Amino acid sequence: MARRPAAVRYVVLFLGALIFLFPFYYMLIGSLQSEPDTSIGGAFPTSGLTFGNYADINSRVDLVGSLINSGVFTGGVLLCTVVFGVLAGYALARLQFRGRGTLFALVLLVQVIPFQLLLVPLYVLIVRGYGLADSYLGMILPFAINTTAVFVFRQFFLQLPDDLFAAARLDGAGELRILRSVALPLVRPALLTAVLLTFIGPWNEFLWPFLITKQADMQPLAVSLANYISNVSSRAANPFGAILAGACVLAAPAVALFIAFQRQFTSTDIGSGVKG
Amino acid sequence: MTAAPIEGGVRRNRVAAFFGRHPVGMILSAPYAVYIAVVFAYPLGFSLWISFHDYFFAAPGAVVDHPFVGFDNYKAVLTDPAVRQSFGNIGIFLIINVPLTAALALILAVALNRVVHARTFLRVAFYVPYVTASVAVVGVWLFLFNSGGLVNSVLGPFAPDPSWLVNEGLAMPVIALFVVWKQLGFFILLYLAALQNVPNELYESASVDGANGWNKFWSITVPAVRPATALVVILALITGANLFTEPYLLTGGGGPNGASTSPVLLMYQRGLQQGEPDFAAALGVILVIGVLIVALINRRFIEGKD
Repeated sequence: MARRPAAVRYVVLFLGALIFLFPFYYMLIGSLQSEPDTSIGGAFPTSGLTFGNYADINSRVDLVGSLINSGVFTGGVLLCTVVFGVLAGYALARLQFRGRGTLFALVLLVQVIPFQLLLVPLYVLIVRGYGLADSYLGMILPFAINTTAVFVFRQFFLQLPDDLFAAARLDGAGELRILRSVALPLVRPALLTAVLLTFIGPWNEFLWPFLITKQADMQPLAVSLANYISNVSSRAANPFGAILAGACVLAAPAVALFIAFQRQFTSTDIGSGVKG
Repeated sequence: MTAAPIEGGVRRNRVAAFFGRHPVGMILSAPYAVYIAVVFAYPLGFSLWISFHDYFFAAPGAVVDHPFVGFDNYKAVLTDPAVRQSFGNIGIFLIINVPLTAALALILAVALNRVVHARTFLRVAFYVPYVTASVAVVGVWLFLFNSGGLVNSVLGPFAPDPSWLVNEGLAMPVIALFVVWKQLGFFILLYLAALQNVPNELYESASVDGANGWNKFWSITVPAVRPATALVVILALITGANLFTEPYLLTGGGGPNGASTSPVLLMYQRGLQQGEPDFAAALGVILVIGVLIVALINRRFIEGKD
């Protein structure tokens, strides 16, 4: 292959990468400036950086409390998705039982039902009907079992060879035992992918927790930061510094996890989850 | 496996005929089945029911009538100028967002697919916006695009007036660009997966025939990833139809004169803030029907005839 196209390819990719990364760099710089400096030179400061904005946002939004709320919300969703999703995925892939076809058809159907259609009834049911406003359960419920994850788990279990299961059953192992000792250890790496993909959803989710949490001490960080952006910021001395400091705190866990495990985000896994 | 006539075989066969060979599967998948019923099926039916009735929020415990009103809510939605404007806004969003997303994602995926050096760095750069919370990156876009922001500093005298996010003509295009930037990493992944399935022989024989890189891209790559393009278009469409966080936060709850109000934002404002859940439910149904129609048209055009 000729040299020139390769060079052009790298130039295009690196230019694109710089454009994509610049807002993140600018987020960090902005969060450290004591005075917002939006001139071109301000993007490359040499001095005057401080952590004051982090203290400022922490005094207006309870950062630790919000992070704990985000953690409980995300953890609850992950736990339910992994436990119930693995069970359902295993049953759908490996067991023949009455209603399997119907359930699988429902899995596919649920993937195409848009959330907008459920927004009003879920709000009415969860907030008005069950009185779950400002509670972790109310936050978790609509996301408790991620259907995409069920589908991904099913794909993992389908890829295992049949003989393995036949042999285990011949040895008299029950299905739960087979799932725990044979199937799960073999799909562990793929399981990690599903967990990472599921993590992004609730950690970054805004609309639903925004709708059902009115008490500040129950809000996940995405919601408290958004409320700060839309209500309080205009009255603060350096509103953008505080917003960007909060944004860095919100972005850091997901970005750090993603970079640490970026090898796990392979195109095939995500493709299999979405193709349906 | 044939049914061997072993001890208790008859009984087992009868059980198997009714429950299937592994009845334990019913127990394992029961929580998920219940979940689908409670969180999807029932609310879905309830949503349709609300949209045909006069539904309003009553005091807790109060017993109130919700009389059947036929298509009244739908009529109210379809004749509301704010609704029409919000669909128009989504139209602008889609016209900018969908082609740009598909084109950029395909070009970057093709380039990334051949790259040997700095692979990890490049992939991370393009995926990071996708894994980051919208609320966090909205913060930095506000900082970049406000009237005294860096973008206007760079543009100097060419800066738009009124500035980007408070300009009726520019608010929606900025949101569309934001979403392209935010979601592109995911669509690059989809195209990378599709590119794995394009047989290399096609490129080799094209090279023998003297085709250049551009020819190969147009006559081999683009047709070969057509199913992925159809998926990208549908997913970008669904993202657009779900738009809420960006107009709510970037343009302060719907933009200048509602220029960036999305249908979902309107559902929130009318349904929950102003207490008209029946109106919002009907709007939700109409929105979803709209998405389905556009998705079907897209299928015909991109996937070809069925």
